[in-house]
Amino acid sequence: MPDSTTAPATTGHPPSPPAPEEAGRRRPAIPLARLRDFALVPAIIVIAIVGQIVNPIFLQSDNLINILQTMSEISLLVLAQTLVLVAGRMDLSLESTFGLAPGVAAWLTVAAGTGPGLGLLPGAWGIPVTLAVGVLIGAVNALFIVRFGLNGFIVTLGMLIVLRGLLTGISGGQTFFNLPESMTYFGSAMWLGVPASIWICLLLFAAGIVVMGFTRFGRSLYAIGGNVDAAKAAGIRTDRVLWIVLISASLLAAIGGLLLTGRLASVAAAQGDGAIFTVFAAAVIGGVSLNGGKGTVFGAFTGILLLYMIQNVLTLAGVPAQWIQALNGAIILTALVISRLTGGKSQD
Amino acid sequence: MEEFAGGPASPPPAREGGPVRADPPVAEAENITKRYGETTALDGARITIRPGEAHALVGRNGAGKSTLVSILTGLQAPDEGEVRFAGSPAPRLSDRDAWRERVACVYQKSTIIPELTVAENLYLNRHDRNRLGLVGWKSLWRKAADLLEAWSVDVDVRRPAGELGVEQRQFVEIARALSFGARFIILDEPTAQLDGAAISRLFDRMRAMREQGVTFLFISHHLQEIYEICDTVTVFRDARHILTAPVADLPQGELVAAMTGEAAGLREHAVRPAVPEQAPVVLDVRGLSDGDVYQDVDLRVRAGEIVGLAGLGGSGKTELAEAIAGLRAPRDGTLEVAGSRPRPGSVPESLAAGVGFVPRDRHDQGLVPLMSIADNTTLTVPERLGQAGFVSGRRKDALAREMITNLAIKTPGPELPVSGLSGGNQQKVVMARALASDPRLLVLITPTAGVDVRSKEFLLGKVEEIAENGTGVVIASDELDDLRLCNRVLVMFHGRVVAELAAGWHDHEMVAAMEGVDLDA
Repeated sequence: MPDSTTAPATTGHPPSPPAPEEAGRRRPAIPLARLRDFALVPAIIVIAIVGQIVNPIFLQSDNLINILQTMSEISLLVLAQTLVLVAGRMDLSLESTFGLAPGVAAWLTVAAGTGPGLGLLPGAWGIPVTLAVGVLIGAVNALFIVRFGLNGFIVTLGMLIVLRGLLTGISGGQTFFNLPESMTYFGSAMWLGVPASIWICLLLFAAGIVVMGFTRFGRSLYAIGGNVDAAKAAGIRTDRVLWIVLISASLLAAIGGLLLTGRLASVAAAQGDGAIFTVFAAAVIGGVSLNGGKGTVFGAFTGILLLYMIQNVLTLAGVPAQWIQALNGAIILTALVISRLTGGKSQD
Repeated sequence: MEEFAGGPASPPPAREGGPVRADPPVAEAENITKRYGETTALDGARITIRPGEAHALVGRNGAGKSTLVSILTGLQAPDEGEVRFAGSPAPRLSDRDAWRERVACVYQKSTIIPELTVAENLYLNRHDRNRLGLVGWKSLWRKAADLLEAWSVDVDVRRPAGELGVEQRQFVEIARALSFGARFIILDEPTAQLDGAAISRLFDRMRAMREQGVTFLFISHHLQEIYEICDTVTVFRDARHILTAPVADLPQGELVAAMTGEAAGLREHAVRPAVPEQAPVVLDVRGLSDGDVYQDVDLRVRAGEIVGLAGLGGSGKTELAEAIAGLRAPRDGTLEVAGSRPRPGSVPESLAAGVGFVPRDRHDQGLVPLMSIADNTTLTVPERLGQAGFVSGRRKDALAREMITNLAIKTPGPELPVSGLSGGNQQKVVMARALASDPRLLVLITPTAGVDVRSKEFLLGKVEEIAENGTGVVIASDELDDLRLCNRVLVMFHGRVVAELAAGWHDHEMVAAMEGVDLDA
């Protein structure tokens, strides 16, 4: 090439900038794209007011901590699913990972004789085993989806069934009790008067917001989910990014499972069963697109928060437990309709 | 201010005067041959692009333009021949960054990610990072705004790119290409989706960029645009280089002749007998409009008449034909088929009114590839296969056999999946399906695209036979062979019918009319 065309400029000013200075840059106070993240905030405020009217307990700190703690474990699944959805994929198997990861750890560490445990490893191994199982499941998912190019929906649906079956198999359908102390610590400890699981949940969400919004890795997820060819053209190593995101998602699910295990001091064979529906609902209500490339971690957080606040209000209002499930479904549908109305665009 | 790589490089000082200079050519391709299996996409083709010029590359479909573009942008390697940039050999195909510094192409298909902001699209995967290693949005926005300002693109960099129009998106893509350091930009039919005002803005922008030292290779089907913006034109035909000449020295007639070639004009075709005045009107279109896509079209087709709708991509001929077939609803105007008025945009009602339809793309809309020939040919006539919604396999096969014989489809039997047939035979299946309902009006869109010569002759012969039996036919196509058998051809350009040619037209006239060129000018 001629020299004249390769020399980079230091300031980027062309010889004769035709546009006057003030016309070049326009800075709207708040870009519209940012507002979308806060679409659910008004709804959350409305629910808080309604809750307070229904029962004055609602806004007391004990109740608020209760809400945050009950949602802390499943919210990590929402975080995990958000990462995967933004990258244009789905991971249904998260709910089974949520149960199996701590389940395997309990199986290996719980002393033999008191239940289905084998007692092969000392109690301190509980957490490392849980996390390792999470990573392993994520790697298997990635192997099928990224390496072999299988359909992600069906692969993870198959994994959901297989993993649930494995947990039922190793536990004999029973519940693991007498867990080592290391496994129950994070789910039951209090840090500064607030359950540790809430801190962990908030920290991971904060980390998620930073990663997705402020790192090249996070932005490459949006690029891949939005237009994978354009992402490749921009030099993003799409396969590697997908491996990382699928493994991270399973790891987050394992951490969520660990927190629930700690809170309940047990691992039931059905831990996490059916949670994936709530997870998807929360993500979509929070503005994450099922087609990829769209949505934020903060939005997903408001989605799951809204769902759990509504449930809490219903409980405080004295709705019979038998009706909660039907209402839950109705709430999800209503929340979808509301976010469709406030979002203005169809949820694809 | 920190120095950044990949920012807008300082363009060379604006130079006066024309394109002719002693510098080595910006890009040069010599003796390029590229084959795909049996077909030769490029046969010893060459092109030389000099610094600062706007070079047009023209040729009809299949002339090898897109293959040359993919070779010039390093997406494919030529089988033979050499590509040079500024006198030195092209980089390896795997060295994408090196290619990006030399040449950039703005394709018709956008490579913008709609959900991300303009700024992020510009600097995707090369975001600025602050001291913490995080993306520095402020400096990213500033850098993007500076880049766009440098090339005077007035777009707010914080808007999602999906909100941009086609025109602004193209400017953003051009600016992104320039930010990699490339000063040689290929524009692949940039005007296809733009309206007149946007086209003239694009040309203004191109002129301004040329003054800043950018070289363009401009691909367009619209010849008058080439006369407006380019200095040099290269014509490809049938995978070969035909000529390269300064635009100013080349009259439009000669350019069209170079594109069509002499041989095509000599082919004789029996002129069809005129359709009697008293023949019933099977299609009556009055004032049909759909926004800018096509406007105020009047069209009458009599039984036994074949009417062509000619025009290039974006002329509206396809959309008009689809409206006649009921695939899309026009906004204004009336459409009457054999005396009845099917609800606009309703395929079932159009079928009932007697329309047979061969859609634009057999892969997309024409066939269900894994279903059998019998299933595909009888898709439009379920009522003839049995009573009360049940399908009789025997009746279906009998009907399909009849059509296989009628259209000479080469197949062992009606149960073969259509995906196992050759292109020509697949197209015959599509035609068979259109004929299965014994239509009063047959609408065909590019009916011979991608079929071999024998099948093409057969299909067109069939169309004539159908017309002789009293069916009205509308053919929307830009293939001259398809249009040759028409009694008359309406030529569309940018959504309007601009000419009507009676049978016996010359290829030059037809191409000129489709390109929007006045040969006498």
